Amino acid sequence: MQDKTVRRRRLVLALLVGVSLILLTAYFGESTTSPLHSVQRGIVEVLSPIQEGASKALKPVRDVAGWFSDTFHAKSQRDQLQKENQSLRAQLAQAQTAQAENVQLTKQLKLDQSGAISAYKPVAAHVIGRDPTLWYATIEVDKGSQDGVRKDDPVTGDGALVGEVSTVAANVSFVTLITDHSFAVTAQVNDGGSGDTGVLVPAVGDPNHLILQYLNRRAPISAGQQVVTAGFKSGQLDSLFPAAIPIGQVSNANQNTLLNAGTVQVDPAADLRHLDAVQILTDPQPGTQRAQVGAP
Amino acid sequence: MIPVTDWRLPLRLVLLTFATVIIQQAAISQISVFGVSADVTPLVVMSVGLLTGSLLGAITGFGIGMFVDLVLVQTLGVTALLYIAIGYWSGRLRELRDPAHGLVPLALGAAVTAFAGFGMAVIQFLLGVDSPVSLLLLQQIVITVLVNTLISLPVYALVRRIIQPVLPEDPRRRRRRAYTTGGLSPLSRPSERLGQISRSR
Repeated sequence: MQDKTVRRRRLVLALLVGVSLILLTAYFGESTTSPLHSVQRGIVEVLSPIQEGASKALKPVRDVAGWFSDTFHAKSQRDQLQKENQSLRAQLAQAQTAQAENVQLTKQLKLDQSGAISAYKPVAAHVIGRDPTLWYATIEVDKGSQDGVRKDDPVTGDGALVGEVSTVAANVSFVTLITDHSFAVTAQVNDGGSGDTGVLVPAVGDPNHLILQYLNRRAPISAGQQVVTAGFKSGQLDSLFPAAIPIGQVSNANQNTLLNAGTVQVDPAADLRHLDAVQILTDPQPGTQRAQVGAP
Repeated sequence: MIPVTDWRLPLRLVLLTFATVIIQQAAISQISVFGVSADVTPLVVMSVGLLTGSLLGAITGFGIGMFVDLVLVQTLGVTALLYIAIGYWSGRLRELRDPAHGLVPLALGAAVTAFAGFGMAVIQFLLGVDSPVSLLLLQQIVITVLVNTLISLPVYALVRRIIQPVLPEDPRRRRRRAYTTGGLSPLSRPSERLGQISRSR
């Protein structure tokens, strides 16, 4: 009797481990249009109304927990924001002057304004779920293909780029954040004129930092400079991301690292762990194809 | 191992699996404590293993892990593989040692969270995720372990409240020494081992 029980237990264990390994191997080697991925998307679609309902029902719980967390950090945040505020006032004055000048020059040169974010038809979405681990930097939002969302659409939040749509169901979508290991985007440093560009990739396992690489090794980059999307255009190919969306700012521009490796460290502008709402840019430039820089 | 005598226990485990993943995904994962989110899923698997044994623990671990992978659109089988181990070994601990101390779920909660964190890291490295081992990664795993340890006792109590009414008998009254003593546990009464002893004078 005891032997039978032990045999049954081991058999079930081996079966479960075997099924897991088979699924893992099959899933990992397949493309995103494979049957397993389709089944996964189907299940997500079926469960999305339940998740959405649960997210709404449990919002008070999240709000209460968020209130405690915010209160805990309020003092240090206030001091930090006061310093930022002083610095931003000075920048605002400069920016207003530059903007006025820009409007005048744009009118004179009759430049095309279609590159503005509003041209991409942004769709507002609420975050209804997120991955608790560092390994899959994804969030789930309550807008899907029925709202015009498509795979690879850029996503902004907190006034900055936060990621791109990686999986779309009818009513929900999954957004891969800029800190995910699979993410890469061409970015430009606002370094006082030269606008050096490079490829921005995450420091995987470290959600607070990004790495801007392939920079000009003699670029005049210093800490505090803004990093925005480059939005390149090459023939019929248009960048997946519109130009000039803020991404973050240079947090560490060690001159030796820049000279030897052509990289600087960038901090994301958006607080990726506390996103509640995002905007999905659903309509890229019509008549053009979209391109994306792959992760190296 | 506890025999599954009727459908109520499996039904409750299925509902528990479903509710755990939905609540984790919709609410708990969005609450940040010291920069990390608590993850109740390994704690629920551990609790089920501790209460029901290795077989149901492993099956529940597989179910919750697979459901997590499906709902979060992750690589299928990764979380399931880790949670099978958690459920199985929690169940084996109960079957072999039958720990009666009230703080066992606390220690085991810390252990299974650390196992899940480091196990996920190892599997991701094996799958080829190009990732440096950062201090922050280690720090986040440690903080998650601490947060999960704090909530492991309430989670265990809740799981016990849900499934204990349909368990065949109170597991704390059972002593499973068969592997080490061949069924002759020193805790069992002589009358149970040897049959009725005549008390003739």
